[in-house]
Amino acid sequence: MFFGSSFFFWMIAALGTLILPWHMQQDGVSLSTLMGLGAEDAEAASTLWQALHFGRFWFWPVIAALALALPGALPFGSACTRGRVLIIAGSFGLLSIIAQGFAIGIQGWNYPFLEAVFGELQDRQFGIGLGGALGFIGFLVLLTDGLALRGYFKGDRFIAGAVGVLIACIVIFTAWPVTTILAQIFTSQGDLGVADAMAARLFDRKIWGLACVTSTANCGVFWNTLVLATSTATAATLLGLCFALIVTRTSFPARRALRLLTVLPIITPPFVIGLGLILIFGRSGVVNQLADSLFGLQLGRWIYGFNGVWLAQVFSFTPTAFLVLIGVVEGISPAMEEASSTLRASRMRTFRAVSLPLMLPGIANAWLVVFIESLADFGNPIVLGGSFGVLSTEIFFAVVGAQQDFGRAAVLAGIMLVIALCAFIIQRVVIGGRSYVSLTGKGDVGLPTPLPTLVRRMAYAIALPWAFLTITVYTMALAGGFVRVWGRDWTPTLSHFKRAFALEWSASGALILSGGAWHSLFTTIKLAAIAAPITAVLGLLAAWVLSRQRFFGRTALEFALMLTFAVPGTVIGVAYILTYNLPPLEITGTAMILIACFVFRNLPVGVRSGVAAMSQLDKSLDEAAVTLRASTFRSLRTVVLPLLKPAIVTALVYAFVRAMTTVSAVIFLVSAQYEMATVFIINRVINGDYGLAIAYCSALIVLMMAAIGLINLLVGSRRLGRRQAAALIGGRA
Amino acid sequence: MNNKAAEVRLEGIAKRYGKVEAVKPLDLIIEGGTLVTLLGPSGCGKTTLLRMIAGLEQPSAGRLFIGGRDVTLLSAGERNVSMVFQSYALFPHMTVLENVSYGLISSGFGKKDAAARAEAALETVGLRGFGARLPSEMSGGQQQRVAVARALVLEPAVLLFDEPLSNLDTRLRRSMREEIRALQQRLGLTVVYVTHDQSEALAVSDKIVVMRNAEIAQAGTPEALYASPENVFVATFMGEANHVRGSIESVTGDTAQVALDALTLALPHRGLGTGPCDVVIRPEAIRLADNGPGIAGQIARATYMGAHTEYLIATPLGELFAIHPDRLNRRRAGSAVMVTLDPEGVVLVRP
Repeated sequence: MFFGSSFFFWMIAALGTLILPWHMQQDGVSLSTLMGLGAEDAEAASTLWQALHFGRFWFWPVIAALALALPGALPFGSACTRGRVLIIAGSFGLLSIIAQGFAIGIQGWNYPFLEAVFGELQDRQFGIGLGGALGFIGFLVLLTDGLALRGYFKGDRFIAGAVGVLIACIVIFTAWPVTTILAQIFTSQGDLGVADAMAARLFDRKIWGLACVTSTANCGVFWNTLVLATSTATAATLLGLCFALIVTRTSFPARRALRLLTVLPIITPPFVIGLGLILIFGRSGVVNQLADSLFGLQLGRWIYGFNGVWLAQVFSFTPTAFLVLIGVVEGISPAMEEASSTLRASRMRTFRAVSLPLMLPGIANAWLVVFIESLADFGNPIVLGGSFGVLSTEIFFAVVGAQQDFGRAAVLAGIMLVIALCAFIIQRVVIGGRSYVSLTGKGDVGLPTPLPTLVRRMAYAIALPWAFLTITVYTMALAGGFVRVWGRDWTPTLSHFKRAFALEWSASGALILSGGAWHSLFTTIKLAAIAAPITAVLGLLAAWVLSRQRFFGRTALEFALMLTFAVPGTVIGVAYILTYNLPPLEITGTAMILIACFVFRNLPVGVRSGVAAMSQLDKSLDEAAVTLRASTFRSLRTVVLPLLKPAIVTALVYAFVRAMTTVSAVIFLVSAQYEMATVFIINRVINGDYGLAIAYCSALIVLMMAAIGLINLLVGSRRLGRRQAAALIGGRA
Repeated sequence: MNNKAAEVRLEGIAKRYGKVEAVKPLDLIIEGGTLVTLLGPSGCGKTTLLRMIAGLEQPSAGRLFIGGRDVTLLSAGERNVSMVFQSYALFPHMTVLENVSYGLISSGFGKKDAAARAEAALETVGLRGFGARLPSEMSGGQQQRVAVARALVLEPAVLLFDEPLSNLDTRLRRSMREEIRALQQRLGLTVVYVTHDQSEALAVSDKIVVMRNAEIAQAGTPEALYASPENVFVATFMGEANHVRGSIESVTGDTAQVALDALTLALPHRGLGTGPCDVVIRPEAIRLADNGPGIAGQIARATYMGAHTEYLIATPLGELFAIHPDRLNRRRAGSAVMVTLDPEGVVLVRP
């Protein structure tokens, strides 16, 4: 077995260091530039050639590590010795790659003390490319192989390798960027020193000001964000609970139709609601026009600001709360309620004294989920916020505005991160400590008690008008694509679609995609299609490692992974451009940064659906495979994976759709070459071109429904019921 | 794989989870070609012990030998053992034949060869022609046989059973345990078998290892465990038993004179000295008479069980539980009775 052996990975490391060009190539890698050994340009050369021919001495340690690893990678000698050799050589290789990458940048030495030691360097280097990536992976696997040979991870190379890859991913794509952005807080600004600049940013009145309490001026963005998130979470949770109670505990005729609401936030680009609200309540919106023509009332622009953003967020996130709370209400054992009613409690008393307290942790969880979503939301505030700033939009303006103040962005991001982490930790404690739902076993029988009349009427009174409003907003939002100029010229037209998706035949008969939206649409689909399988594989791998394997440091890995879930998209976006703008990993402006962003933003869903599915899979199936002499990899491939099909579908669908609809992080990362659909739409909205934006949105929604259907068909799962719905909880904008 | 029917030797094997001792350090030898049961109440460590033999858990201390080879550090796949799981753990997405040939293909057999051997194994367990079915299309008993065939086909040095019959109904359980026993004897396999059901253990075992609180309470043949349990726990766990207090009057040679209320019995002293002692009386050793010598008692409850009658008798020794085969002359609750004891079913034990 050559493939997958330690020697195979040594060959990969050797290929990366000796043959392939180490650095990233400006024009991409083609067959002719693959040979980096003997290249004429230093930048196109492999490390060996750079060290030999161009005197780049800093590559010698990497090459030495490779030579050192060879005896360990060959299957001769005792496992103990080989293990030690591989651990030493592997970590030496990784360290020297990292050290040389950070030491030398595009302007020579990155640190003055290095210049003092080695003298001035008349050279420079760019970011790591194909060779560097392969070299890194090769050394990483050699290191984990060594650990496995020494008996760590139960001596299992596959588990060791999986854990190594996961740790490397978390460090490179989350820990490093977040550290980088937090470090920006400690930079000087203008003629201010570090401490003064930091103090000025940190205690900015624009962040903490409370002027709105006493006057009509705006409060600081911190308070804006906090008040917005709190009120959105409260309203959405209340509405979600009403919907959940109606769907699960009444005989309301349109129960199934209401359930469809839960799908909406998944397939809707995050600002569609905002657009719909503008079309209804905006200056040329339906309501304003009616009020003006019937009563001569000027309603003005009340929709822009806190009111509008709040309304839009409640519309956007009520389905999320609904989704969480369906699970909570259904999870309450009917036996409890039946016990209560046999103990002569009235329905109302049963509801108040038994059902509601049992739901409380779940309700708190739903509240926190919406709170975090509102905090991270970027689409609605940017469309409707006006002068009402929240943290996510302020970060955006600090970075893209004329000021280009990364220090300020970093401070705002830091504040946002702290709030998100607090909410996240509280959420963990709430679910971890008192989840009554999970206590109920399989043997539950009985019928759920119907709701008390008063509660039922209240639920109807609150939820049904809201459901009607939601449908209206969506209808308006989508109808807007079919009229010439909303509010002024109501002539039905397809011109917006034509502008976006026009096709023309050239004189020579070739098809020309002349519509303005084609480019961004194809880019989006392509990148989402690349990112989705990577997300699914990494997510399920993480889920499997965490739920099925015991090894030293498992809890730490789990915690680190959970923390990466809590980082809001806007923070990730800014952190990525700051981190990957410079060598050693210079991927800003490439497709890679977008793919990495999609993968690590959506990883939580893969992990959660994997963990949920894995917990329903009898552990003795894995064990049976192992006692039947299957290797860990074989048991994963032949037993676990086939049984996880529904989870794989969920992860794939979700990763794909989220990648297509996300806006908060990608808005920082797009470039002219790689423009995303959502960013294209946002820019149209900012320019007031609502027609085109709406036409594009409806095309996206249709496309995503088609994608969901297609993926289901391809993976061939017939089961996409409750379990999937439960796993979709808690995505972020 | 010709080290069939290997001996299993445990030396100081122990398992701790944090501070909890799941298995205290113990030594055990399982001879080749025998069927040994690990018997005990739930939580006594028997399954942990089995999983350590299988290689699914790493012992915290001690060494494990299979066929003389130290396998302590080997993984489950490298130990030449196979296991039948309590839930059977049949792969639900594979056919019966794919399930049975799974281990063969893992061990490097070709597809054809593996299929032929799997067919043969299915035939051994009486499931010829069922290969194309999915596990979900078979009854519980048939699934059980598939699980056995899947383990058997690898010709393992040791075959492990983890409560294999607990998911079957009573009638099926009885016939399956006889089949397993017959198969083990026909093929001369070494089998380690975990159960909490003492009648199952008595029926199938060459040797029973009774476990309690993470250690071995007593190990021996079924006859030895039933007839001469070492302590009250083993006695009461191995079938019904009345535990009473008596006193040893004198010891001569191997025999002790034991006073039990009005009766004095000559019993093997089993290393005990004179003084108060613990005595176990099997229900079938209690004889009832209307008069004559014996312990005076009163029937507290009589339960008709069809083939026999069960009595609860109030005596100065305490309430005694007795089984009587006499179907015709049933005694009524409340009637007086004289109790005598058959020394065959009475034994001195340690507390």
